[in-house]
Amino acid sequence: MIELTLAALVAAVTVFVLAIFLGFELISKVPPTLHTPLMSGANAISGITVVGALLLSNVALTDGDAPLAAKLAFIALVLATINAVGGFLVTNRMLQMIAGRRRK
Amino acid sequence: MIDAAIWDIGYLVAALLFILGLKKLGHPRTAPTGNLYGASGMLLAVAVTLARIESETGILGWELIVGGLALGALIGTWMALRIEMTGMPEMVALFNGFGGGASALVALSEVLGRLAEGNIPEGVPLYATWIAIGLSGLVGWITLSGSLVAMMKLKGGFSLPGGKWVRFPTWGPPWLNAVKVLLLIACFAFIWLSIQEPTNPQWIYGLIGCASLLGILFVLPIGGADMPVVVSLLNSLSGIAAAFTGFVLMNNVLIIAGSMVGAAGLVLTFVMCKAMNRELRDVLFKAFGGSGDRETVTRTKVGSDPDEVAMLCDGISKCIIVPGYGMAVSQCQYQVREFAEILEARDCEVKYGIHPVAGRMPGHMNVLLAEANVPYEQLIEMEHINSEFADTDVVLVVGANDTVNPAARSGEGPLAGMPILDVDKARVVVMVKRSLSVGYAGVDNDLFYEDNTMMLFGDGKEMMTQLVQAMKEL
Repeated sequence: MIELTLAALVAAVTVFVLAIFLGFELISKVPPTLHTPLMSGANAISGITVVGALLLSNVALTDGDAPLAAKLAFIALVLATINAVGGFLVTNRMLQMIAGRRRK
Repeated sequence: MIDAAIWDIGYLVAALLFILGLKKLGHPRTAPTGNLYGASGMLLAVAVTLARIESETGILGWELIVGGLALGALIGTWMALRIEMTGMPEMVALFNGFGGGASALVALSEVLGRLAEGNIPEGVPLYATWIAIGLSGLVGWITLSGSLVAMMKLKGGFSLPGGKWVRFPTWGPPWLNAVKVLLLIACFAFIWLSIQEPTNPQWIYGLIGCASLLGILFVLPIGGADMPVVVSLLNSLSGIAAAFTGFVLMNNVLIIAGSMVGAAGLVLTFVMCKAMNRELRDVLFKAFGGSGDRETVTRTKVGSDPDEVAMLCDGISKCIIVPGYGMAVSQCQYQVREFAEILEARDCEVKYGIHPVAGRMPGHMNVLLAEANVPYEQLIEMEHINSEFADTDVVLVVGANDTVNPAARSGEGPLAGMPILDVDKARVVVMVKRSLSVGYAGVDNDLFYEDNTMMLFGDGKEMMTQLVQAMKEL
């Protein structure tokens, strides 16, 4: 673990605040057709927590068992992967329908 | 050992892909590319993380990592490909809950891991890390339990092992808001206590309990009609939870992607509220919109039959079709399009009037009609089509109710002030509906009983099939 410094914390808060403003600006005028795919796509992106789950899942099993922390990280990994993979696939399905209509 | 900066550069590229992806998702032409960008960003982030683990500590155990990724990918793929388009809103709610739950579990795992190692910081790092752990847990558990309740509500209920169908309750007396506030205060108290005594995980467990209960009580009083707004808000929360988890692990890609999704979800939430002419505050804390006490139907209306409607539709020059959730449930969008094509072949102008909250999600109808290859140009939004009803011969309402209920204009009751499609201004209104029962908002619809309204009672698909048949036989 990297030791957390005040400077690093402030930098992270800066990134956080700027990204929030960016998010507000990114999604301003969206046609209603895309509201559901957009919600679903954004939802899939929040599966990024898979990165955190991966970092904490890197634990060797001893006799097929792992500490509680690693078990929880494993469950988190499964849930986050479902969120990301399922989310992008469902979004893709919805968008394919819209695209299919456009080609006609 | 590779310099740690390289991983951050990899994460930066992933974050850029997410930003571009979200941006492109907002425009019809670029949306599929946007989704691809998002998925690529995710793949990159996972690849970078695996490389980082390998480089920093080496892979200690493949079992959990590969097993988790494979299991999650399999279940995710299976769910995404299996789901019917009607079940989409529930699916989004469920995925959303998984995302929030994953963030909360990562935070919990980090605490327990640190406690096991005795790695507890002091001073600013203690406050920063433990506040982040607490907030990530708070938001994450609320998202998980709230999303599960929202999913049940969208489904309408759940079946017990014996096959018995139980309706999901909507319950929320006014004093419940005070309980929610108390629970929230308790959550913050637990976070504060966990900082005072970081070695004791009991405080974190207390937080988990309070936050989960808060999530349930938060969604329980909200009526079904408002559920899209709630799901959108929960979507925003799951992003925020991921961002807080980013603070726990000091990981930029989590912070950027999470907070962006949080902000974007909030924007979408307000867009939806605006469409319903509701304040977010009212939706969340006033508990109406299907609050349980449904009015009993006392009036009656004689139903029409498809042949009658078909005869009426012969020789008309303009028809507007208004779809609602009923069309989604009965999956009759193909029959609806067939009906429209028959009319068009007879020189009748056909348009579709799309209410912003028709169905259970914004854009729900657009997706279904797109599935049936209805031309995009025929889908007209509410603001633009409302002026056209006055010179329309026939309006065909397929499984919609609250979105065409004139009671919304009266300024009273749950629907008060919600903009509606002015279908009652058309010459004849044909409504395909199962019965005279009230809609999701629980308000009786006067439109059913008007003299110029014809009711086709029955399942949407069956009725539309019969109507198409009758049109062909004319």
